Amino acid sequence: MTINSLIDTPCELTDSASNKTAIVLMTRVRLARNLAGKSFPGWAGKAERASLLETCRQAVAATPQMKRALNVAVDELTDLERQILVERHLISRELSGSKGGGGVVISKDQTFSVMINEEDHLRIQVLRAGFQLKKAWNAINDFDTGLEEQLDYAFSPTLGYLTACPTNLGTGMRASAMMHLPALVIAGQMEKVVRAVNQLGMVVRGLFGEGSDASGSIFQISNQTTLGEAEEEIIKRLGSVLNSIVEHELNARAKLMETDARKLFDKIGRAYGILQNSHLLSSGEAMNLLSLLRFGADLGVFPDTNRAVIDRLFIEAQPGHLQHAQKGEFEPTERDLLRAARLRTEFANFPRPNFIINGQN
Amino acid sequence: MANPLKCDFCSKPATVHLTKIVSNKVHKVDLCEECAQAKGVTDPSGFSLTDLLLTTALTPESATSSAKCEQCGFTQADFKKQGRFGCPACYDTFKGMLDPLLDNMHKGITHTGKVPRVALERKSLYDRLTKLELNLTDAVKSERYEEAARYRDEINQVKQAFSEKPAR
Repeated sequence: MTINSLIDTPCELTDSASNKTAIVLMTRVRLARNLAGKSFPGWAGKAERASLLETCRQAVAATPQMKRALNVAVDELTDLERQILVERHLISRELSGSKGGGGVVISKDQTFSVMINEEDHLRIQVLRAGFQLKKAWNAINDFDTGLEEQLDYAFSPTLGYLTACPTNLGTGMRASAMMHLPALVIAGQMEKVVRAVNQLGMVVRGLFGEGSDASGSIFQISNQTTLGEAEEEIIKRLGSVLNSIVEHELNARAKLMETDARKLFDKIGRAYGILQNSHLLSSGEAMNLLSLLRFGADLGVFPDTNRAVIDRLFIEAQPGHLQHAQKGEFEPTERDLLRAARLRTEFANFPRPNFIINGQN
Repeated sequence: MANPLKCDFCSKPATVHLTKIVSNKVHKVDLCEECAQAKGVTDPSGFSLTDLLLTTALTPESATSSAKCEQCGFTQADFKKQGRFGCPACYDTFKGMLDPLLDNMHKGITHTGKVPRVALERKSLYDRLTKLELNLTDAVKSERYEEAARYRDEINQVKQAFSEKPAR
């Protein structure tokens, strides 16, 4: 598979079309693995990195899950191609900016991706649409066991899988869910949620991980600790935290509808108007407007079947995807023009909002 | 107080005291006004206590050791700079410094999760093979042929076990 055919295959961020209130957009599990007796990528010399890349690429490509996968060195990719992979969560910003010796193998359906020579020799990742923590863990566990047939992992019976950074030691596992939490954001409760989640040993981040903002009311929640607890326990604990966040979001939605429905409808109606008529849209603003429309679809203001379009645009309104669609590289202001044009077209035939819900208006 | 708390970073008097409880464990950091600002502690969404604990454990005082990893040449000063280790063997080299750090950072200090069984079995076979081959060479050299024959048979057995577990 080539990078071009991968990019041209749209990635399914969510299966929300089949799920009534899809608060959890996507589930992800990643495992950090290293080869025994080799320096970690950040400390390895150029030649060692190159040989590590070769060993890992061959082993990963030989797994059944990676049949006809995309298998490339980061150096072979253009800046734009890297950006698109980052926007799809298939590689990290760190790998995208790495100095050489980095590589990535991505399965044909874009659910498995393995970064090579990022912070660790291997960063294996599984993406699943919707709330699928257990399925994602099972899938990545099988993949990892298969890979172990071919690679000697650095492992200590007491410390577990040895990683470049001690924060990933033990299971090397980071499980996360991407959640759409518009009501908690509108009600100003996010700060409280973040604090509570932190106390439970979980971390809240923005859409694109460490240091990114939470535009579009999309948050990533993941486990903080990796040592002293088995994978299944971490998954279970994270799952129950996620469930309780979903519950809080639903409560916040019910409360907004009860006390502030007009204000909420005003926001959704305006977002609809802007998406249909604006001529300059930054990606941050576009995300926030799309978030309101998605919220609208959850509330029944828009038909359920239209949520998939919104979810697709969350990704396609990102700078990399936008420039790829327009076949060129553009300055930010030009991008804002192009983005607005694209969204005007996409929303030209989008159903009008219906604000009469359960007889209320 | 006779001994006011000092900032974990710069040793000025500490005025910001952070306590965080993760999984029933108390984690404490003391900071002066300036360092608190600089580390973004005043902005609750933008700071991670883990990162902070990671760097405070590595203040010059505790970094007096001149240990160096035999495998990769990594030093404690390198860790202080990068917050990452050089190779898997560093975990043995810097064990003393690491243990309190891990206790602060994680839920426990012992791995209880997945074990790479296949890889470990392969490694133990490989280690055994290396040892047997050494023994064989020794035995041949000192003309202990009966022993040598026994080693040879054992080597063949191990090699057969290997071929059932192909490795790269």
